[in-house]
Amino acid sequence: MPGTAPEGPALELRDVAKSFGSVVALRSGSIAVTPGSIHALVGENGAGKSTLVKIVAGVHRRDSGVFRLHGEDVDFGSTADSKAAGVAVIYQEPTLFPDLSVTENIFMGRQPVGRGRRIDRAAMYAEAERLFQGLGVHIDPRRPARGLSIADQQIIEIAKAISLDASVLIMDEPTAALSGVEVERLFAVARGLRDEGRALVFISHRFDEVFELCDTVTVMRDGDYVSTDAIAATSVDEIVSRMVGREVAELFPKSPAEIGDVVLEVEGLSSLGTFHDVSFSVRAGEIVGLAGLVGAGRSEIARAVFGVDRYDAGAVRLAGKPVAARSPRAAIRAGIAFVPEDRRKQGLVTDASVARNVAAVIRRGLTHAGVLTNRDENKAAGPWAGRLEVKTSALDMTASTMSGGNQQKVVLAKWLATEPKLLIIDEPTRGIDVGTKAEVHRLLSDLAGQGLAILMISSELPEVLGMADRVLVVCEGRITAELSRDEATPEAVMHAATATTAHAIEEEATA
Amino acid sequence: MSTDTLLVEPSAVSPTKRIVGELLRSREIAVAVVFVLVVALTTIKSPNFLFSSDGWRDLLLTPCLLLILAVGQTAVIITRNVDLSVGSTLGLTAYFTGKLFSDHPGLPIIAVVVLGMLFGAVLGLVNGLLVAIFKVPALVITLGTLYIYRGIFLTWAGSDRINAGDMPKDFLSLGTKTVLTIPVLTIVGLVVLAAVGYYLHTARGGRELYAIGSDPDAAVLYGLKVNRRIIGAFVLSGALAGLAGVVYTARYGTVSSNAGLGMELQAVGAAVIGGVAIFGGSGTVWGAAIGAFLLVTINRALPVVGISDFWQRAVVGALILGAIVLDRVLSARQERRLVAAREETRSAR
Repeated sequence: MPGTAPEGPALELRDVAKSFGSVVALRSGSIAVTPGSIHALVGENGAGKSTLVKIVAGVHRRDSGVFRLHGEDVDFGSTADSKAAGVAVIYQEPTLFPDLSVTENIFMGRQPVGRGRRIDRAAMYAEAERLFQGLGVHIDPRRPARGLSIADQQIIEIAKAISLDASVLIMDEPTAALSGVEVERLFAVARGLRDEGRALVFISHRFDEVFELCDTVTVMRDGDYVSTDAIAATSVDEIVSRMVGREVAELFPKSPAEIGDVVLEVEGLSSLGTFHDVSFSVRAGEIVGLAGLVGAGRSEIARAVFGVDRYDAGAVRLAGKPVAARSPRAAIRAGIAFVPEDRRKQGLVTDASVARNVAAVIRRGLTHAGVLTNRDENKAAGPWAGRLEVKTSALDMTASTMSGGNQQKVVLAKWLATEPKLLIIDEPTRGIDVGTKAEVHRLLSDLAGQGLAILMISSELPEVLGMADRVLVVCEGRITAELSRDEATPEAVMHAATATTAHAIEEEATA
Repeated sequence: MSTDTLLVEPSAVSPTKRIVGELLRSREIAVAVVFVLVVALTTIKSPNFLFSSDGWRDLLLTPCLLLILAVGQTAVIITRNVDLSVGSTLGLTAYFTGKLFSDHPGLPIIAVVVLGMLFGAVLGLVNGLLVAIFKVPALVITLGTLYIYRGIFLTWAGSDRINAGDMPKDFLSLGTKTVLTIPVLTIVGLVVLAAVGYYLHTARGGRELYAIGSDPDAAVLYGLKVNRRIIGAFVLSGALAGLAGVVYTARYGTVSSNAGLGMELQAVGAAVIGGVAIFGGSGTVWGAAIGAFLLVTINRALPVVGISDFWQRAVVGALILGAIVLDRVLSARQERRLVAAREETRSAR
């Protein structure tokens, strides 16, 4: 396919690898995009798509492999280099200067200048108008970028790319935050650019869009290249099976536990712009997995339940009693424990000792006449750290020197010391090595066995499928599927997680 | 389905109407109105405040030091940095100026002005290099150089002080000379204001300062020369603080070791009152200049209307707090309204 085109590929990567420390982000990434084509790049979270894009954009330097632009070997040391070579990248969250006008955003650093190197504002506005006209959109060139919708911000980025005369355009999940009409407009623009002979790479999780817009599709999995097909010669099911194509290993042992009464009830939870009408329940002894793509709103829902973020409508009840909104303190008192996604930033005082970390939440209950001693802390922390087999020689060791797995255990110990009824855990095994992963999983399974209700957020499909008794799939702030353990196959979850907005709106209309 | 439905339409108003509208809504006008009110109310209480030759001269002359510092400070704050060392730079340069005159009596005045600015620029360059290379917040770096520069000043001067007798008469007369009733030093300040304002508005480099402050990460992705621009802003701030040092010497005739003490915070305050966002990216030197006039004039007006020294400081503090809180409230409200509007158009479909 590539190579047969008369001009050869505009962008070609072959066996490109990239590691960050000991973590391999990209094992062998390959893609070849011909001019005048829209090439889809698909894969699960963490398949290496973003790393590949960042190498092309000049954000990261590849460790090895072939990287050619219009047949010539290139090596970008900075984003300025890639830009000069005619590569434009449009990120899911565009990076604009909110305080400046949209016109200045397009031309920053290369404004048209008149006499005395003064910026020729009139020419700049005229050129911006011309660009917007060419794209078929109406945006006031003088308005500031602040407050523009993501869709309009992407249009600004595209206008920038066109004014740079970019020959290769990469769009990293551009439609994730767009509504139906906005997607249509973006597609019209993309087709126009294709017909001008530019090469486009389109990264998306929505297969209906991939099949509507693109002519070729490359699948990646676990940092590896899997396949490249013409869109006409393949099907959604084929692509999905290639994306997930691995066995749910016995790595994730969830021992069956007795399911008890309802512990957490969430009803009609909504927050403007992040999630809508979210309702679900978690029972004692049950692990409920919250699956979905990165940015679908899973963490935001968890944070709202725990009272960190505000919500506009809805109610949260724990064991039948309402939990006050916007108060983590009330949530802790009600019996909710929350292990956040980013341990180092939100869950641990990394410079403090293990004992102090474990005792942090229950500190109030430990004081003697208002004075808290190290001995009190050690006494309280000992049993918990022991139960979780935290491998630290002494409780005095500082948390920052421990491995990711042990840190996670310290965070868990800290929360278990509050004797919660519900544990919310966000990405429990991110950045943890395989061996410790299994330990964390066994631990969660044990805790459920002891009657704890667990709400687990995970982007790793196998983890969700292996651990959860029930899987809730979140897509664009809505729960799009509730699957029992038996129903939850990789394909079913993937389909629900990539359900389009159009689908969600239809449901809304019928409701 | 028309693709035009959800877009932000261009404004259909005529250019003149748009410019007038923008002007009326601008922060600069609001601060200017407050300034005029302060002057008017004080003059009603005591007509000499404005309608005597001394009153008129003081109204224009007293803010000119702060004006020059605030202009430089604005260039730095716009890049999401801050320069706390300007007070010490001013003091050090003021002493340097006096020393030049007393050690080299024949030196022409213009040469001393240029040397003073160069001296300040070097001190600013040190700040800029430290901030750009070590990636330490400018607040910390310039707090350090604030003490270091002041320390150098104290060591150099010792118990020595510059007196009017050490300097040529022509130089000292600059402090009192007027052209068409406008003091020469004020004209110097206004020329600086116009030059920097023009640069920030029309030059690529000026616009890039705004871009860097608006979103530093985006500035890197755009391929802007972030470090060079930030260093440039600090050099400008230092050079203007140096100029302010020369102006200080001409105005007061004597330089003791507490020259410029605490001026850095007034300069930051003037900029903030004038609508320069402390997180960078927006604000103009015009606003900062009016802020400097307001700050100095309020300090002079309060005793005239019989308010005690303690309350004078409190009023200044309240002005700064009010300006920042107003900014936060307005931008948060606007942001939320924009999100809500977008959600509505979405669910309407």
